[in-house]
Amino acid sequence: MMRCNRLPACFLAGLILAATPGPAGAYTAYVTNERDNTISVVDLDQMKTVKTVPVGQRPRGITMTADGTKILVCASDDDTIQMIDAATLRIVGDLPSGPDPETFALHVSGNPLYVSNEDDSMITVIDVPARKVIAEIPTGVEPEGMAVSPDGQTIVNTSETTNMAHFLDYKTRKMVAAVLVDARPRVAMFKHDGSEVWVSSELGGTVSVIDPGQHAVTHKISFDVQGLRAEAIQPVGIQFTRDDATAFVALGPANRVAVIDTKAYKVRKYLLVGQRVWQMTFTPDQKYLLTTNGLSNDISMIDVASLDVVKSIPVGRLPWGVVVSPK
Amino acid sequence: MERPTLVPHDRFGRRALIAATAGIGLVGRPGAARSDPATVQVGYLRWLEPRPTISLLDKSPPDSGLAGAKLAMSDNNTTGRFMNQQFELSDAPVHADDDPVVVLGALADRGIVLLLSDLPADRLLSLAEAGRARQVTLFNIQAPDDALRQENCRDNVIHVAPSRSMLADALAQYLVWKKWSRWVLIYGSHPEDALLADAYRRAARRFGARIVKEREFKDAGGARQTDSGVVQTQQQMPVFTQGLPDYDVLIAADENEVFADYLPYRIWDARPVAGSSGLRPVSWDPTSESWGGTQLQDRFIRIAHRRMTELDMQAWTACRMIGEAASRTASADPAKLMQEIKSSDFAVAAYKGQKLTLRDWDWQLRQPILLSDGRTVVSISPQPGFLHQVTELDTLGIDRPETRCKLR
Repeated sequence: MMRCNRLPACFLAGLILAATPGPAGAYTAYVTNERDNTISVVDLDQMKTVKTVPVGQRPRGITMTADGTKILVCASDDDTIQMIDAATLRIVGDLPSGPDPETFALHVSGNPLYVSNEDDSMITVIDVPARKVIAEIPTGVEPEGMAVSPDGQTIVNTSETTNMAHFLDYKTRKMVAAVLVDARPRVAMFKHDGSEVWVSSELGGTVSVIDPGQHAVTHKISFDVQGLRAEAIQPVGIQFTRDDATAFVALGPANRVAVIDTKAYKVRKYLLVGQRVWQMTFTPDQKYLLTTNGLSNDISMIDVASLDVVKSIPVGRLPWGVVVSPK
Repeated sequence: MERPTLVPHDRFGRRALIAATAGIGLVGRPGAARSDPATVQVGYLRWLEPRPTISLLDKSPPDSGLAGAKLAMSDNNTTGRFMNQQFELSDAPVHADDDPVVVLGALADRGIVLLLSDLPADRLLSLAEAGRARQVTLFNIQAPDDALRQENCRDNVIHVAPSRSMLADALAQYLVWKKWSRWVLIYGSHPEDALLADAYRRAARRFGARIVKEREFKDAGGARQTDSGVVQTQQQMPVFTQGLPDYDVLIAADENEVFADYLPYRIWDARPVAGSSGLRPVSWDPTSESWGGTQLQDRFIRIAHRRMTELDMQAWTACRMIGEAASRTASADPAKLMQEIKSSDFAVAAYKGQKLTLRDWDWQLRQPILLSDGRTVVSISPQPGFLHQVTELDTLGIDRPETRCKLR
């Protein structure tokens, strides 16, 4: 296996690759399978898994570099982040993530990478091209969700046992506020206009809407699915459409995605997807929303315009995260 | 009598140290002036009498419970950095010949009135009585006695440990779901075994199982498995279980570990064993990895260098309830914390897949019960299909309409 020991060289190679145009219109999704130690490569035109790639142990968080050349995967039980070449699907290097990396967010400028170290109450900040740890920032117990504001000035981290959303300043890397939310906060997501951060509380069963300027919860969204016990509604993944008019929230063992009117903070519709739906991502054209369904071992494709669930695509066991190539 | 000793919360490992130092200066609100942190004090009345076990694997570690409390206090302190709060744990060991009321008094004199207790029911009751005048609240993390939730319930006792009836109901639901509804009940000769047998009889009635035969196993002493004991139990157990009517599963009620672990593979019929051996209803299991459980197990092993026991989990949960109340109220005042813990919207997350809340009729913590075979978590009750108008967790144990508790 080719391994890149000198990362800047790898990056350069990647950039050159990115300059050559890929096949038009063919989006590829990459799904981490937590229990299989693999990622599934899904061709979204064919709507099927075309390849399964072995990676490190307990792969969870997944993202791509801005140029689309590298896939980054948290291999939690190997205490590392693996870099995978998107063209060859080979592991070409790793990042010093610190112990038990669960998930991460890339800065809007493409660097650095903010990693939540779940076992260590710590955020590790990594300079990706240099493959170096720039900083370790103490945070709450069981850090999970990471988000970067659209202007790049604020980093938000959730802590599952402390039950807070922690706001960090990009420049000073200091925590400027910690906002208490409901039990077991998982995902933090900024609106594209930066006006709000939404934080899902898995056990609290709510989404807290936070004003990032005031560091205060301004709204709390709860969910009610007929015929389901309240305890089964466990919000995790959050995604906003590009115009910020609609939010999608994955409801875990409720097996549904809530479609929310972001002006009224009201649920418009619940879409039935696979079992224990956690993470979500849009295709770059925003035509489809993909959801990972941990217990049914598949991903659901939601047609964003019609709000129809159009396809379930089998992947590996315990799918956790999903990312779609930008081309 | 030993004086209670102060055990400051532990900081563990390189990263925790970084966290401890770097955390100073962090403020919940930008620009807020930082004053001395408010201190939440928690005491742990810790029973030092050994609990006998049959299997060496089950031998209770000397710090069972205490290590769980320490981990939760460490978690609370991490959160406390953002709330300008700190948490201190005082370990107060109690021997059988100590008067626990004296120990409680010494803690209360130091202003420590939120107390975990892993003492037996009779001691817990005397503590509850004595503690009333000192505004003490006890978190029962060990005693499973239903009487403590019924006729002997007290307003200043929070039951984090599940009751015998909750454990029996959890197992019964699974066995009924499996259609293993014809039970043989073997109970020991200790008073606790009689109470546990009662809980299984009640569970059978509630969920439609049938006890086709009961037998008492008398504790004649000296049944520990030594060189000759292997031979003895191999001979003894088949004979003891001979001539039973047709049945699906043998349930053992043996809280003092006298015989239950000698039943599997030794009884006359080829039948599974459940209850005090085989498939056991537990509040925690070192193999539980669902709902983020892996994270807790990892954190625990890192500080304690061993696996997490049920008692560790109950101590962890009790301390987290106190920590959660402190962050929700932004207070360290024990009275305010207890008001929050007893309020209807209070909940705690404890790696059981749903938030845990308190029953307001007897202050029992509602919780799913794991069914463990000692290797894996086989199932988790309540089982699907056992419905309840309020919460399915109330299909386990004494429900509101059945309660005889009058909190005082």
